Formats: sequence, C-alpha cells, structure tokens
Amino acid sequence: MAEERRQKHCSVVLPTESMKAMAESVGVGQLQEDSCVALSEEVSYRIKEIAQDALKFMHHGKRRKLTTSDIDNALKLKNVEPLYGFQSQEFIPFRFASGGGRELHFYEEKEVDLSDIINTPLPRVPLDVSLKATKEQQKAESTEPLKVVKPGQEEEGTIQGKSQGTTTPDGKGKEKGLIRLKPRSTHELSVEQQLYYKEITEACVGSCEAKRAEALQSIATDPGLYQMLPRFSTFISEGVRVNVVQNNLALLIYLMRMVKALMDNPTLYLEKYLHELIPAVVTCIVSKQLCLRPDVDNHWALRDFAARLMAQSCKTFSTTTNNIQSRITKTFTKSWLDDKTQWTTRYGCIAGLAELGSDVIKTLIIPRLAVEGARIKAVMEGPVVSNIDKIGAEHVQSLLLKHCASVIAKLRPQPDNVDQYRTDYGYLGPMLCSHVMKARTQAALQAQQVNRTTLTITQPRPTLSVSQSGLSGSSGPRTPSIIKVPSSLTLMSPRPGTPSQPSPPATKYIVMATSAGAASTQQVITLSSSQSASPVTSTVPSATSTLQPLVKLESGSGAGLTASRPLQKYIVVSLPSSASSSLETKSSVLPTSISSSSLDGGMKLERSESPGASTQSPH
Amino acid sequence: MAAVQGGMGDADIKTDIKTEPSADGFGNNNANDGRVLSASPGSSSSTGSNKQTAPVTPEDQQTLLAVLQFLKKNKLTESVEILRREAGLPENSLDPKANESAGAGSGGAAGIVDLEGGDASSLLSRVTGSSSAGAQAPTKVAEDQPDVSVVLSAYSQQGDPTLYKVYYRDLKKFIETVLDCHRAELSQVFYPLFVHMYLELVYNNHESEAKAFFEKFSGDQECYYEEDLRILSGLTKKEHMRGNETLLDFRTSKFVLRISRDSYQLLKRHLQERQNNQIWNIIQEHLYIDIFDGMPRSKSQIDAMSGSLAGEAKREANKTKVYYGLLKEPEIELPLDDEDEEAENEEGKPKKKKPKKDSVGSKSKKQDPNAPSQNRIPLPELKDSDKLDKIMYMKEATKRIRLGPDNLPSVCFYTFLNAYQGLTAVDLTDDSSLIAGGFADSTVRVWSVTPKKLRKVKSAADLNLIDKESDDVLERIMDEKTASESKIMYGHSGPVYGISFSPDRNYLLSSSEDGTVRLWSLLTFTCLVAYKGHNYPVWDTQFSPYGYYFVSGGHDRVARLWATDHYQPLRIFSGHLADITCTRFHPNSNYVATGSSDRTIRLWDVLSGNCVRIFTGHKGPIHSLAFSPNGKFLASGATDGRVLLWDIGHGLMVGELKGHTDTIYSLRFSRDGEILASGSMDNTVRLWDAMKAFDDLETDDFTAATGHIHLQDNSQELLLGTYTTKSTPVIHLHFTRRNLLLAAGAFNP
Repeated sequence: MAEERRQKHCSVVLPTESMKAMAESVGVGQLQEDSCVALSEEVSYRIKEIAQDALKFMHHGKRRKLTTSDIDNALKLKNVEPLYGFQSQEFIPFRFASGGGRELHFYEEKEVDLSDIINTPLPRVPLDVSLKATKEQQKAESTEPLKVVKPGQEEEGTIQGKSQGTTTPDGKGKEKGLIRLKPRSTHELSVEQQLYYKEITEACVGSCEAKRAEALQSIATDPGLYQMLPRFSTFISEGVRVNVVQNNLALLIYLMRMVKALMDNPTLYLEKYLHELIPAVVTCIVSKQLCLRPDVDNHWALRDFAARLMAQSCKTFSTTTNNIQSRITKTFTKSWLDDKTQWTTRYGCIAGLAELGSDVIKTLIIPRLAVEGARIKAVMEGPVVSNIDKIGAEHVQSLLLKHCASVIAKLRPQPDNVDQYRTDYGYLGPMLCSHVMKARTQAALQAQQVNRTTLTITQPRPTLSVSQSGLSGSSGPRTPSIIKVPSSLTLMSPRPGTPSQPSPPATKYIVMATSAGAASTQQVITLSSSQSASPVTSTVPSATSTLQPLVKLESGSGAGLTASRPLQKYIVVSLPSSASSSLETKSSVLPTSISSSSLDGGMKLERSESPGASTQSPH
Repeated sequence: MAAVQGGMGDADIKTDIKTEPSADGFGNNNANDGRVLSASPGSSSSTGSNKQTAPVTPEDQQTLLAVLQFLKKNKLTESVEILRREAGLPENSLDPKANESAGAGSGGAAGIVDLEGGDASSLLSRVTGSSSAGAQAPTKVAEDQPDVSVVLSAYSQQGDPTLYKVYYRDLKKFIETVLDCHRAELSQVFYPLFVHMYLELVYNNHESEAKAFFEKFSGDQECYYEEDLRILSGLTKKEHMRGNETLLDFRTSKFVLRISRDSYQLLKRHLQERQNNQIWNIIQEHLYIDIFDGMPRSKSQIDAMSGSLAGEAKREANKTKVYYGLLKEPEIELPLDDEDEEAENEEGKPKKKKPKKDSVGSKSKKQDPNAPSQNRIPLPELKDSDKLDKIMYMKEATKRIRLGPDNLPSVCFYTFLNAYQGLTAVDLTDDSSLIAGGFADSTVRVWSVTPKKLRKVKSAADLNLIDKESDDVLERIMDEKTASESKIMYGHSGPVYGISFSPDRNYLLSSSEDGTVRLWSLLTFTCLVAYKGHNYPVWDTQFSPYGYYFVSGGHDRVARLWATDHYQPLRIFSGHLADITCTRFHPNSNYVATGSSDRTIRLWDVLSGNCVRIFTGHKGPIHSLAFSPNGKFLASGATDGRVLLWDIGHGLMVGELKGHTDTIYSLRFSRDGEILASGSMDNTVRLWDAMKAFDDLETDDFTAATGHIHLQDNSQELLLGTYTTKSTPVIHLHFTRRNLLLAAGAFNP
C-alpha cells in the first residue's frame, strides 16, 4: 500500500490545462504545449517543496492542521513574498465553472465595498488567552478530574454552540476539569424570536383573555420554542418571586397556566429547567399569602392547581437521580407537621401531598387525620378565632374529606360506623363517615353511569374567577386545569341548548373540571381549546346526553337562560367519572388519552398510561 | 539577490569569529575575555580533525580554493585575506599550479569552513559535515554555475540508463541469496544506492528512466525513509536538483554504513566479479563503509540504529571522552539554612535534618571522576540572590517526595484557554513560580502561578525617590500599580517557537520565526536585546543551567552558543544536515545537545565547539530532549512517537520507549531521575520507570567497543502510567522541586 501511495506522489503533476488557464488569467494568450508541460512540472515541484516546508512550520507550531500562515512562512523561507491578506471564510474558496469544453476551478474575488466593511459592527472580541490549572492525583488510566456541571448547562451549551457556530468561534467550550461553573450562557434570539417572546409574555400576563388563550395555546403546541425555554423559565420564576411578594393572585395564576402550557408542549424538555420551575410552583402551593384579601379571594384554587402541576411534574420528571417526588414529599410533610404552620400553607401542603396519589394519602395523610381533626376542631369550636383561620380550617377540612373519603372507602370494609370512624379519625370521623358512605353510594351508582360532581363557585370579582371542584370523590391523578374560556370558546358553542353566549368584553370565564380520571377529561377540554374539535365533539356531546354537565350562571338566577348581564361568572363543566363510573369512563377515557399521547409523543406516554391505571384503581 | 546578501552575512560572521580571538577592534569582547569563552584557533582546528580522520587531502585544498574563489568573486577581499592567512596558503594559491605547495594547515581551514556553514561550502561536495545556510535561492545558484557543476559533476558519469535497473536488480538478487547473517547488513546498502542511482539518472536527464527506476524500487526501501523518498519523488529534473536541500545533504555527506568485514568482502567480491562498476563507483564515492571485525549484526540491531538522513554515526564519532558528571555544587553557608529550619520547625525536627544535610554535604564535596573541571567553562559567579535561591532549593529538596513505580507523582495541568491553536512554546521557571508562553501571534506572555503578582520596576524618576539604603529596597523598587497576574511582551514579528527562563528568573529568552532570539527582562517586562544571527526561523533556545550562556538552533542548520552580553555568537555548532529542532544544555553546562530534522542528535562540546556524539536511531524529526539529572543519560522524543534513551558516556542507545502515537513535544526527568515523563501531541502524559530502564543496563566492553546494542522490548513494563487530557496536546512538562509534575498545553477545541 505504501508503495502505491509513493507512486502516486511521484506522478502527481498539475494538469497543463491549469497552466493555460492561469496564463490566460494574466494575459498570456497562446501558450505552447511544451511550455505548459515544463511549467506544470516546475510548478508542481515548487508547490511540493513549499508544502513540505509548511509542514515543518505546522510541526513547530504544535498543531495538526496546516494553516495559511504556515504556507506564508514557507514562502518566506524561499524568499518569496507571502500572500498578503488572503483569508477565506469558506473551507474551499474555489468556484467551479465549465464551458467551451473546459472545466476550471477559480478563486472568486468579490468586489467589496469598503464602506460596508467600515460600517459593519465589529465582531465580538475573542476571549483572551488565560491559564487554568487542573490537579490530577495519581491515578493511572484515569483521565479527567471530576467535572461539576449543573444539570441543564451542558444542554444549553450545545444549543448555544449550534446557534452561535457561525457568528463567533466559541473558543471557550467545555474545558477539561473546569472546576468553576460555566457562567450562565446567554444565547441570542433572532429578532423574530424576540418579538414572539415579547408578544407571548405580554399576552400571558396581560388583561386580554382571548390573547392569553391564544398565547397559551401557542406555548403548548409550538414546536420551536426550545431556544426560548430558558427565558420562559426565568420569566416564570422571576414573575412568581415578584408577584408573591405583591400578592398578585391573578398574575400568579397566569404564570402557573404558562407552566402548564409549557408542560403540555411535547417538543419541550423541561428537565433542564426544573430548578427554576419547581420552586415557583411550590411557592404557589405553600406560600402563606398569595392574595391581598385572603378571606375573600379564592387563592385555594391556585394552590390546588399548582399542586396538580406539581403532581404532574413529579410523575413526569421524577427519576431515581433527581428524586423530585421524594424531595417534594419531604418538603410538604415537614412543613405540614410543623405546629406553627399557617392554615394556608397547611392547606397547600396537604393539597400537594394529596395530589401525589392514593398511596401518599394512605401513608401520609390518613394517619394524621385525627391530629389534624383536633386542630380543626380547636379552630372551629374554639373561642376566639380570626375569620381567616376559620376559613382556612374549613378549607383544610373539606380538602381532607374530599381526598380521604375515596381512599378510606377502599381501605375500610363496610359497614361504615360513625362511632368507629370517630374513634379512628377523631373530630373528622363523622364527617368522613358520611363522605365515605357517599363515595360508596356513588360507586354503587356507577352502574347508572351518571354522576355529576363538581360544581363551581365563582367569586364575586369579575376579573378573576376560579372554579374548583367541590365534590369529586376520587383521588385519581388529575391534570390540573384552570382554563379561562373566552366567550367564543368552542366548547360552549356545540352544546345544544346553550343559550346565546354572553359576550361582554370584560367578562372572564373559567371552566374548571375535575374529577377522577380527570386527566383525560381535562385533556379533552384542553384539547378543545387548542385542537380543533374531535375530542370535544366526541366527549362533550356525550356529556350533554349522558352526563348533564352543569352550568351555573351564578350571578344570574339559577335557571337564567338569558345571559344578559355583563358580568357573569361561571361555568363548570364536569365530566364526572368518579370511582363509581369506572368502566364507562375507562372506555371513554382511554381512547382520548391515547390520542393525546400520540399527539404528545414520548414523554407523555407515561401520562396516557396513568389515567388508565388510576381508573382501575377504584375497584 | 538575497542569496548574495546571505553570503555576505556569513562572510561577516566569519570575519568576526576570526577576529575575536585576536581581540582587535571589539572592545565589548575584551571586557569579558576573562570569563567568556573565546574561539581559539586551536579549537577550530580540532573541529576540522574531528570531522573526518582523513588528513589534508588534495580535495580539501580544492575545497578551500573554491571557497576563496567564491569570496573573491563576491569581492570579499578581507575575508579572502584572512582565510588565506589561516589556511597558510601562499598568495598565489589561487593559481591552480600552486595547489600542491599549499598543504600545511589546511585542516584548520577546513575546520573553519565547517564552522562557517557558509554558502560556498555547501556547494562543495568534498567538505563533509558542512551545512548550507538554508535554502539557496535558485538565482544564486545560477551565478555560481562553476561551483555547482563541481558538486554535481560527480553524477556526470555516463552509464547506460537502462542498465541501472539491471544493476540494481542484480545486486538485490545477490543480497537476497546470501547467507541470512549477511543479508541484513548488506540490505543497508539498498537505500543509499537507490538514492544515488536515482539522482544520477535524474542528473543525466533520463527522466523517464528515473521515474521507472523510482517506481520499481522505492517500495523496497525501509518505511522510515518514506519522508525522504517523498521529497525525492518530487525531484524529477536536473533543474530541480539545484537548491534542493535533501539532495545537497546527500551530496555533501557520505552515507555511513556499518558493515562487518565478512559481509563487506562478500559484497566487494560480488561486484568485482560482475564487473559492476557503476555500483562500485557509487559505493566508493558516496558511501562511507565503516568496517568492523566480528559477527555481523542482526536485522533488529541495524534497524535500531538506522533511520537518519546520513546513515549511522561513525564509530570514531562517538569515541571522544565526554565529561558527563555534574559540577561540584558551590559551598553555601548552611548555618543560615539551619537557623531558618530551626525557626520554622521549633524543636525536634532539626535533629532529624542534620544527618541528611551531612549526606548532602559529603556528596557535593566528592568530586565526580567524570565531571569536567570546575572551570573548564567559565561560569558566572553566584550572586547573593542566587545563593538565597540555592538555599530555597535545598530546603524544598528536603521535602521532595521520593518517586517510584509505587509512588507516582501527581500531575497538575496548566491549560491555556482561548489560545486558538496559537500556543507554540511554554516554559516554567525552576521554582515553578512563573509560566511563560510563546504564541503564534508573535507575543510572549508570562503568568505568575503563585499568588504573587507580576510587577514592573518603577520608572527612573520614581526610582530616584526611594531610599536606596533601606533593607527592603528590592521591594521598594517595584511598582505596585503595575501588579497583575500576567504580562504580555511584544517584539517579535513571527511565531515564537522557543522560550526559556533564566535560572535567576530575571530574564526570559524567546526565539522566533523572524530569525531573532530576544532577551526580555522580567523586571521591566521589556526587550533588552535581539540576537540576530540566524537568518531563518529559530526553532528553539535554552538558557544554560548556570545562566549567562544560551544556545539556539534553527532552520539554518546550525546551533549557536551565545552569552547574554555578546551580540555575536561565541560558538557555532555546525554539522546537522537539516533543521535543528531542539536544543538542550547538559546539566554541567559543558555540553549542548541538539536534535534535528535529519533524525540525529548531536552532542557538542561547548569548550571546543566539536561534535562529540552523534546518536542515530530516530525515524523522524526530533522534537524533544532531556538530560537525566545526573548527566549520564539523554532522552529524546521524535515525531515517530518513540522515546529513545542514550548513554552519553558510552555513546550508545540504551532504551526505546514505545507507546505514544504522535509527536513527543516534551520530556522531563523527575528531580531525582527516577521517573521520565513524556508529553505528546496525542494528548497524553506518560510516565516511565527510568530507574529500571537504566538499572538493567550492563554495558560490557564489547558493546561499548563495537557499538552493537541489544534492546529489549520492555516498553510495557517500563510504562508506569498514562494520563490523557480531553483535547489538550501536552507541550511542556516540568517537575517542581518537590517532584510534583506540572504539564502545560493549549486546549484545542
């Protein structure tokens, strides 16, 4: 083989055509064939000589790549003027042309406008040479010292590399054994992306509900957002930080909806940004105060919603290495167990735990029912209590009842004895008993396939309404949803018998649905707002026919069919599929969940399985 | 034009050298004559005798005359005069008839020519070991047509070009059929013969025959000649032969072969029987066959030693005695040391220290029989600061970790970030407090790797204000405002390829593509001197371990010895056939080792300027050299990825370390010489058990006498560790005084 190569070395000579072409380019028209041959041999020989010398410079430059400066230096050795100013952006700066039976490669010399060069902004100054020391203990065959890389940074780095590749040579790279953390990388967004980002964030926290819905839909479905993801996650975490201090409930809700939308987007990988998102979400669950008037505002709903978000992210992102679920559980439990914890925080902790599933309820919440009952009793029946505490205790109580009933229904054999319950669960015992019985009857009613739960209350304040599922008896996993439905929402329109939609501009609606296996039902709704129709049309009509969704126009009279008043509150559509209606729901649920999974791709597959599993659990 | 200038430059140098000993008109030289080496006529004559044992021959005279003619033509009458005087040639020696009469002393003259490396000498075939000052521009060759024809005329013998193949094939057949024991030895003839036959064909304009010949037989040559063959392959026309360095190398030096008497007789008989005069002529004229008595060598023995551009070293070349021992350490008042120790260590410890110190003391008192006499080379006197440093050194040395196979050093890697492939040289001070980098963008940068920042000396006006009597005057002269972690020094106009700190950390040397070596002050961070002498890139430079002297070597194939206070070189070491790629001082400062692209290493005596050792065996350009701390051994690394170990005293190869896959750019022995570290382009640092490599050695008289070596293939046993970086070629290694290994390189994304 070596021989072959050598022979090749020997025979490589520039073609005479090149000589002709070059001669022509300097104005020598007719070059004799003999001269061409002689020239090409001479030129080839000289080029080889120069290349050999250039290699020498490369070796001494301690490089593996031959550069143009090596060739310049080799030319200098031969007393030949080096090529000044030769610089090419491209790897092979030659152009190919053929015609007249000849083919040639030439170097394209573009005319450059000097003012263009002068006016172009200077490129970023390349980083200066610096020195880093890395210590390595004597470990043969081992190589790099431990690198400390924050999760997410590597990914960012590569993305950055890709996007920046053309602009500035990123000489920094990941340095071997760099003990210090890489500074946060900021990568540039294109002008379009910047505009988009601005629009989206403004819409998400702005006052126009229609725009918000669009924006959220965009976040949830747009496939090209990964470059903006770091910005979004920073936006959210900063936003929560600021608005918690200012007790701006509305904005917190908007931000949580953004989180939800981000999580719904199948093309985004949130793993790298959980360190920003999770604290924000947890803040919305357990913060002492989330609104200006804790006695009036429904911050409970935000807590519930955030708790569900948390549960969902635990399910999706928890791995054996990051241990999100167990860390979160620990956090909640710890502050719940603390006696001094406020009712609001207490509520958040319980909600957060409860959303994690029936196992968590069974092992962590039920054993504490008696203690918690005593505490509630102290507030409810005790002498002096502030109104706020009382409300808090009430909410905690109903939360506990709601979540525990279905679990206890499965745990305890019939019959349900009130006294028994009282001894087991203390103050809450009797109420639990009735809830459990209700849950059981619901389960029994399942044969009749219908059950409606959920109703929702709204608040007197027109700007924001949060609905909350009241009586859902199931503890199945649920996807949270607070969906503000603009008046023109498709969900409404296909519903038969719906009165003409009220469409006052300032009205906000909230549709909130929760129930067992709710993952699917909610998705239906979510999809309905984002995707065109099929799930909606399939589920909603069935709901109308079989489930009787309940619509309450709260501020209007109960049966008010004419939505004439401008400020109205709203709507709850709930597709109950509580423990009782498992078979039916399962059948209706699974297809939708599958469709959603196919839509969502890999990561959501888990989710599509979990509703199935949970719908079975009631048995 | 430029070439003519080059010629004049060389002539000037010659003039200077000749005039220096007589000390006429160079006032600056006189001032230091006591300490500085001076090139005595005696030394130059011994250079001449070293080159070739042959006494004055008519060829030498012819050479001389050709030189004179050249000088005359270029109107360098003064040089002509001097040369003639030196050579002892009569005034009318240029008259061809007078040649015979001028014999005496021309050996000395030849020596001068050797030292010279002048243009003229390179053109003359008879002067062995001379080197040309780089590439000759074609224009110039044309001017000197008569001389060139002298060189090339050796090829003009007309044989039938078509028969060349037959001759060569005949010989090949013959060698293939001889007894196994002779075959390996006789196979050595192939390569030089092939080259010379090819060149003859080319010279005589038999282009197609030459090509055919090349294609037919180039594949038979040993793989390590491939690089040369590639150069040869490009050479297909007589016109190309002018100014081609490789060709001139072949012409100007006889290819040296070592062949046993038996094998040689066999070859001779065969050629005479076949009347194969063509080949016989080539062997006679262009090959130097070093015949020895005894058993022929084996293939592996031959392979170990061959590979250089001009064959093996002649045995006589390595016979000179080399004083490889270390110089006696100067006495330093230990009490001071003791006090410090005691102060530091409270009680108890001093007791332990004492016996150690005694041993150190006794060691230094004993004169090494192999050491040169203390004043063989005038060395600078120790200053107070040097003594302090020595004390520091000894203190550190007591804390040194004993390394060994079970106790490998920790490695600290200094990575240059954002160097954009531009880092070309690195050096660390002996106390590991400063690191300097040479860059392709012509800058030299110095970093402090200790918390102590780099400061400049205050300006002259400010210096006036300080109290010169105060104890901390050395602190006071520094300007705090200039403190920074690194300093950049501008001055070169080409990539900086070599860099070296002075032992006292006050100076820094850098050598560059622009042909200069610059001396920088680390007090003011400015350039003090630019030493001009090399007209071509200077690949490496290094300070003597005692300071003051330094050596540089470059593309012009000569190494130069300088003293910092002389702008002219003190010695010119000429003899390499290709670029000098690296230069190292022996620990006793009496010798200089140079590695070259001609794949040989030469050891030069600083006193006489003679080449005292030629080591062949590398198969690629040598890029790193390291002396063992005891001065006995030399390690060398080359582009072929092998480290070779040499016994300087015996002039023998004693080991081969295989493992690296790319050029080895750095080699370093640990402070006590137990470990050899090598760093390479393949992103690894490897540690080798040097103790074992040298301990296993038993050099019997026979090996020493014949130079036949037996290498065991024990690289794997000697390899103690391999440390890889992610993407950082290792271009410098350094053991701190406590035996921590420091490595440096530029991250290469």
